[in-house]
Amino acid sequence: MPGPNLLERQLLFVTGKGGVGKTTIAAALALLASQHGKRTLVGEVDAKGNLADFFEVDKTDFKPREIAPDLFAMSMHTEESLKEYLRLQLKVPLVARIGPLARTFDFVAQAAPGVKEVLTVGKFLWEVRERHYDLVVVDAAATGHVVAQLAAPSSIRELVKVGMVRDQTGWMLDILGDPSRTGAIAVASPEEMPVNETIELAGRIERETNVDLAAVVVNRVLPELFGRTEEACFDDLRQPARVGALEAAAGPGVAPVLDAAELAVRLRRTRAGHLSRLREGLASGTNLLYVPELFTRHHGVRATQLVAEALGQELGF
Amino acid sequence: MPARRRDEALGSLERLFAAKEIVIHCGSGGVGKTTTAAAAAAEAAIHLGGKVLVLTVDPARRLANALGLEQFGNVETRVPAEAFSSAGVEPRGELYAAMLDTKQSWDDLIRRHAPDAKTRDAILANPLYQNLMGRFVQSHDYIAMERLYDIHSAGTYDLIVVDTPPTRNAIDFLEAPARMADFFSSRFLRWLTVPARSRVLNAASRPFYTIADRILGSQFLEDIAEFFLLFQSMYAGFVKRANAVTRVLGDRRTTFVVVSTLESAPVREAQYFISELRSRELHLGAVVLNKVLPGYLLDREATESAQRMCGEADVLAGKLADEHDPAVLERVLCEIGNSFLNFQVVANREAEVRAELSSIPDVVANVPYFDTDIYDLAGLIRLGDKIWR
Repeated sequence: MPGPNLLERQLLFVTGKGGVGKTTIAAALALLASQHGKRTLVGEVDAKGNLADFFEVDKTDFKPREIAPDLFAMSMHTEESLKEYLRLQLKVPLVARIGPLARTFDFVAQAAPGVKEVLTVGKFLWEVRERHYDLVVVDAAATGHVVAQLAAPSSIRELVKVGMVRDQTGWMLDILGDPSRTGAIAVASPEEMPVNETIELAGRIERETNVDLAAVVVNRVLPELFGRTEEACFDDLRQPARVGALEAAAGPGVAPVLDAAELAVRLRRTRAGHLSRLREGLASGTNLLYVPELFTRHHGVRATQLVAEALGQELGF
Repeated sequence: MPARRRDEALGSLERLFAAKEIVIHCGSGGVGKTTTAAAAAAEAAIHLGGKVLVLTVDPARRLANALGLEQFGNVETRVPAEAFSSAGVEPRGELYAAMLDTKQSWDDLIRRHAPDAKTRDAILANPLYQNLMGRFVQSHDYIAMERLYDIHSAGTYDLIVVDTPPTRNAIDFLEAPARMADFFSSRFLRWLTVPARSRVLNAASRPFYTIADRILGSQFLEDIAEFFLLFQSMYAGFVKRANAVTRVLGDRRTTFVVVSTLESAPVREAQYFISELRSRELHLGAVVLNKVLPGYLLDREATESAQRMCGEADVLAGKLADEHDPAVLERVLCEIGNSFLNFQVVANREAEVRAELSSIPDVVANVPYFDTDIYDLAGLIRLGDKIWR
């Protein structure tokens, strides 16, 4: 029963196919943790992302900022991360950090595989190692690129045989590979493509990284409208004579309401099928969390709060 | 169900596709780019004729199957005529499909540009190259555009419909050719390749090597140097190609179709992308809005009925008494009403966003919310019919 201790870990990478609500879940998890007294950092790996919108605060920066009690937010900037890395970890003298070396490094980071990713993942790992926070939640790359991100320290280790960068990957791998400290969370929605990608991703995380898949969060699960007896009753209501009777009683707008109910039932049924496919496709024992479709008006701090509450229920808070 | 004919002055995807040779679908991940691109390409093959290619980056087997193919390959494969006839249509033209395999495409590119067999083999065997092309995120963007250029300039197809890699930043792939050209003409690249050319380091680069050695180790540096040195032999060819690719993107025979759902994040991305297209003077052909909830959710009378079904469920159940348990009927009525009102909240939000987006391009096409998945060509065509005219 790994569910309850999800927030006991120190580092969570949240990923998922584009459009399923990856950032929503990352933001909500961080909010939930901070509201339960954990000093929490939430960081997005994409500087052009919109994490700030989920809390309705000013744009986040590389330097973490407290946006709510115990909740800090930041965005990754590879260049800034490189400067910090050179300064704090490699203790490279200032002159080399600002001259052509830094620029060349930036260039190498663009070109050489894993360098950019290791700067990204490394920054969060560093925050964990230094115990600046109780929990670091990363709004990580989408399914297509997250494996490269999580595997970056190992790729670097393969490519760089000696030198200080290689030495640095040791402690990174230690933290990444420790399931009591680090976990990946895959966000899915109960739709065809997201389910396929999630199953594939779970396999790749298992095979190609040493990070533990802590949970799969299924977002936007539609509520079940009817049970079996109710469904028979609903089917009867759709008979022309019954529709007429209902119109006489509830007004002329009945037909669209019935159409909408039918749409909801069919959507729910299609999604339920994908959901069971997801359950079958994942390794047994995978921790599944469900967040209902919330029919919210807008995305923003209110929606984030609602998702946090839904997640809190799933986690037994 | 036949699609409503739009106002002639407004244009249609049909007219747009008839006038263009390259149609690039873009938008954030998960909005249905690939499906939309495939559906529109099928429509083009059916109605416009000629040879139509849909070039996809999405390896989804379902889409391949929907097109009657075992799976997508890196080479273009014709969608069998039987797939169309079993969908009940007789296409005027031919539809082809291909998937973009990044690694394979890069290898092909190297083979084409390498000055000699020795350089070619050295590059293909270089460990850095193997890692770089497989994992380097931006290499997908570049190779997609490169492949598009390659196919287009071969003159095999009348129309090429492309969907773009799911980059978080939709403009990345637009910049990819220029960035690739920059990359190969960089001063630092020449610097890096110095030690391989001559062991005598000049005064300017010595401090760099001293520190870089300490940090990365000399082996890695040498790998990098070898890699870039090899690549440099292809420099001129690359830059020329990258420039040509950029030109094709801006050509008047090329157009962009922005795909989005009506959720806030994809819409923001779409708006950003539209403004980028404008500032680059690239042609925005259409906006396709996917998963649009049915309009009846905004019906005023329906709202009233739904409210009464929730609020007066017990009374209504009494009036409608039948063989079912009245308690069940009451619950059903209440659920139905509630569900309508729930979906209405979302539909209202969507309507507002749609009004905002619709003011931008000449063509706006709406794809309704399909409650079942698309698993065959008939399904794709059903979707295509909604947006085509």
